[in-house]
Amino acid sequence: MIESLNHFAKTLLTTCRDVLPIAGIIIGFQLLVIRRPLPHPKKMLIGFLYLLLGIAFFLEGLNLALFPLGNLMADQLTSPEFLGIDPHQSPSWVSYLWVYVFAACIGFATALAEPSLLAVAIKAEEISAGAINALGLRLAVSSGVAFGLALGTFRIVTGTELYLYISISYLIVIIQTLFAPKMIIGLAYDSGGVTTSTVTVPLVTALGLGLAANVPGRNPLLDGFGLIAFACLFPIIAVLGYAKLAEWRSTGSPFSKH
Amino acid sequence: MFILMNLFIKQLFRSFLNLVPILAVVLFFQILIVQQPIPEVADLITGTFFVILGLTLFTQGLEQSLFPLGESMAYAFARKGNLFWLLTFAFCLGFGTTIAEPALIAVANEAASIAAKGDIIEKTAVAQENYALGLRLTVALSVGIAIVIGVLRIIRGWPLPYLIIGGYCGVITMSFFAPSEIIGLAFDSGGVTTSTITVPLVTALGVGLATSIKGRNPVTDGFGLIAFASLTPMIFVMAYGMLI
Repeated sequence: MIESLNHFAKTLLTTCRDVLPIAGIIIGFQLLVIRRPLPHPKKMLIGFLYLLLGIAFFLEGLNLALFPLGNLMADQLTSPEFLGIDPHQSPSWVSYLWVYVFAACIGFATALAEPSLLAVAIKAEEISAGAINALGLRLAVSSGVAFGLALGTFRIVTGTELYLYISISYLIVIIQTLFAPKMIIGLAYDSGGVTTSTVTVPLVTALGLGLAANVPGRNPLLDGFGLIAFACLFPIIAVLGYAKLAEWRSTGSPFSKH
Repeated sequence: MFILMNLFIKQLFRSFLNLVPILAVVLFFQILIVQQPIPEVADLITGTFFVILGLTLFTQGLEQSLFPLGESMAYAFARKGNLFWLLTFAFCLGFGTTIAEPALIAVANEAASIAAKGDIIEKTAVAQENYALGLRLTVALSVGIAIVIGVLRIIRGWPLPYLIIGGYCGVITMSFFAPSEIIGLAFDSGGVTTSTITVPLVTALGVGLATSIKGRNPVTDGFGLIAFASLTPMIFVMAYGMLI
């Protein structure tokens, strides 16, 4: 009990340390440049405390529950014994089917729980007066992450060049941009970056490194990277596609009020 | 007090719903595919409860502090009309939040050990530390510049797609010249820079700016700052890899 309390205190302290530079910059500019008192200082202070506590609890919980299990599963699922692969032969990519399925599922689920994405989705719904649905946006982004990770693990297994995938995806994004409804473009581009933070990055890194270490002929140091890039890129495609679909369905103005 | 309690429980439940997919995936694979017992069930339950509580507090804090703060600062800067200070703030925000980002520190150390194994740098602790620090400074600098460009874009009303597509072309061009060891890392570095505190603050800043400047629409112009912040690190990290 005391040990876990101790551990929690440490997590809280680390969170405070990570937030310190941001707090410093904000306070510095508020005092020296803007020179105006903050509106509702008390409410903001309490909110900030909530934020710190929230992040600390969140990280602590992830460390207790999800990360050990996620790492263990990434390890088990990629092991040659589980996949029934002769380690001396170069297996075909089909043998790793469960890995792709797992990557897609875990990508979908973690993106849905990602606090950064939640924040952006709330903001988007708020300023568009409900025209952009927060849950719809999060589902679209999560599907993008799911597809991206499945493709990313496929790339690690086959050992194909990363820049080829990235170039082709960029081309798709550019073509979609030409046709997408204007109001969604900024949000779609942003949704690439926000999906990969607290929950997704550690789990995905473990999966990539485990896979690259277990597939014959892959170097974990070289091929283990690249999954996050996929998880960043495909949400953009998914959100742009989702917006286009919504536009087609409601023929006329996209995202019109229901 | 009772209403407050009720509201809190409702939010707890909503956070729980956010976690259901993760639990479902993990349990499904563990029980049906891997077919191994789950180790430390008690930890799993406590951990899940912590995550739910954390998410609830986080959303609460977001609405109460980070969103209004970002917006009020954006309004204050817009009213002051001083471009220099706004851009300085934008740069500091990008640089300061990235240099301390834990995910980036981890990735930079990882990259340094790869570089040492690949004989790019000397196999000494000092050389690795310098390499990792250089990488972090590079990424932080690139995020700072990205936020500055993004803020300038909102003020001037430059169309976002041209800038992003231009950035993409830059990334692709660089990837032909950069050493192959750094490419995977460079592509990943775009994703690790945007943390849980930075994203809401930067989003609120962008939306607040677009709301307070005449002729800008918060929906079309307010977003896009994060997009720059995940694009420029790729270019800068590849340039770093070419220089070293």
